[in-house]
Amino acid sequence: MAAEVIPAKVRASPRRRFPIETLQAWLFLLPAVVIIGIFKVIPAIAAFYMSLFKWDVIQGAFRGLGNYTDWLYDSALRSPDFWRALSTTFTYVIFTVPLEMAVALVLAYLLFQKMRARGLYRTLYYLPYVTSFVAAAAVFVWVFNPQYGPANAVLGLVGVGGQKWLEEPSGIFELAASAFGITVPTWLAGPSLALVVLSLVTVWHYLGYQIVIFLAGLSNISQEFYEAARLDGASERQIFTKITLPLLSPTTFFVFTVASIGVLRSFDSVYVLTNGGPLDTTRTVTLLVFRTAFQQAQFGLGSALAFILTLVILLFTLVQFRVLGRRVQYG
Amino acid sequence: MARAITLERGVPRFSMRPRVGAIAKHAVLIVVAVVVAYPFYFMITSSLKDVLEAARTPPTIFPTELHPENYSDAWNRAPWGRYFVNTIFVSVTVTVLELITACLAAYAFARMRFRGKGVLFTIFLATLMIPAEATLIPNYVLMSPSRNACLGLPCLGWFDSYQVQIVPFIASAFSIFLMRQFFLSIPNELSDAARIDGAGHLRFLWSIVLPLSIPALITAGLITFLGSWNAFQWPLIVTSRPDFRPVQVGLSAFRQEAGSSYHLLMAASTFVVAPIVVLFLVAQRYLVQGIARTGIRG
Repeated sequence: MAAEVIPAKVRASPRRRFPIETLQAWLFLLPAVVIIGIFKVIPAIAAFYMSLFKWDVIQGAFRGLGNYTDWLYDSALRSPDFWRALSTTFTYVIFTVPLEMAVALVLAYLLFQKMRARGLYRTLYYLPYVTSFVAAAAVFVWVFNPQYGPANAVLGLVGVGGQKWLEEPSGIFELAASAFGITVPTWLAGPSLALVVLSLVTVWHYLGYQIVIFLAGLSNISQEFYEAARLDGASERQIFTKITLPLLSPTTFFVFTVASIGVLRSFDSVYVLTNGGPLDTTRTVTLLVFRTAFQQAQFGLGSALAFILTLVILLFTLVQFRVLGRRVQYG
Repeated sequence: MARAITLERGVPRFSMRPRVGAIAKHAVLIVVAVVVAYPFYFMITSSLKDVLEAARTPPTIFPTELHPENYSDAWNRAPWGRYFVNTIFVSVTVTVLELITACLAAYAFARMRFRGKGVLFTIFLATLMIPAEATLIPNYVLMSPSRNACLGLPCLGWFDSYQVQIVPFIASAFSIFLMRQFFLSIPNELSDAARIDGAGHLRFLWSIVLPLSIPALITAGLITFLGSWNAFQWPLIVTSRPDFRPVQVGLSAFRQEAGSSYHLLMAASTFVVAPIVVLFLVAQRYLVQGIARTGIRG
């Protein structure tokens, strides 16, 4: 017996300090763990649980994956809404993210060079990002007002007829073709003008944020690459396409993922600018979740839809981790 | 960001080229600046027009007559004082409490050795991937009147209150990571010296780490404050009376109410946006640094 006590005591000195620090560390972490646990982790699990039930304000019968199949194919009432909302959401991403990134990249590249009023430009581009979508929408709805808005006044200056902008359910290709008296088939009509305006306002809002991230990415590229290229007599365009773009690719990919996720989950912009209209052409998945849960009080169906959206967003995040893990970069 | 490329240097060029290039660059930057700034300009000028001029087509570039009284008119048409008190109280409380929880947790992750650190850190990292949409409905149920059941217990019954807008947001994995990155960069010599002098962790955190971390604290605080000031969806669904509603929800309601009094709506938008814009102009250095840092690190 005594032989066992001694080694235990010897081990005790490094080990005893450890539990005290562990206890203290857990005390430090306690507030964050409790809050994040109660309002983030448990609700995420609860959302999946709720999605398995008929749940209109109060819990009803177990449905298994019934809510999911209703959205995906089973219900003539729900599934057309779902597929339409999903396609609207992806169209919203496609019309927002590439434009946003291209403009942000060009502006960041220009701002990165030594020039006058650099800080002023950057501050200005950044202002929309701190402005809430609610206030922005109040202004943009008026800017694009079919009767009084300056947008139509500008079109009038260049001799183009007034548009209904955020109230226009017709597709943009349909509108463009009809200006030349051509009628296009429905599948070629394109996204509604309202959705495209929504995209443009979203670009306006996030532009400054992305410029800042691109600027940080640019400053991470070592100066030596530029010097070497210049010694070899590379032109400015060659430097941009052969050095800046490839070395910036991790940043570009990061911005792409963050921007896509941002649009996939955006609610405020849609709710305040169009509230899903006109003719449901801007009704995104987030808005459909909102209406199903908080206007029709269908928590089970709403949770199932939110869970599907979460899976899509998780997929984007995982792809980002995988690709960034492999590093999209040379050097 | 201070390192700028001077592409003109080194390669001999025609003397006119950099000049033409610089003008072209500024032209692009100015065109975008005008497009970006125009809504702000339109908002402020429209807020100073009278009702007829605000609806004139094409719009006048500048008000023919200034009507600053639009601001007091707009202010008196809705309980703005209440909205602002609510938003300021909620935003300040969330920011202060969130910084406290973030500093404590970040310190533990950065400078303490304890069991379960790796697992816990991974869980925190994972929560960053959970979008708000996924937790919206269960959190709504959690806040609903206490006669409802949440996991067998009575729900919180927090609709129309301050705590419903504060408590869920007083800890964020994002701020914890931001602060942790900063705490990791504090040299070990300092903590060794503090330990020799007999200072415990809390003392070291309070009197050495925090004073050194003021830039990071301002960054994290600003990002939290911005999010809280502009919060919309959550307060929209959990508040129904002006007593607890924040300015963003108030402005959204005012859009219906103002109807065709467009000049008043623009005045209201201006005073809702102004405080956060001023705050940004004062502290933009920190906000921009923080976004650049966390943006890159993800």
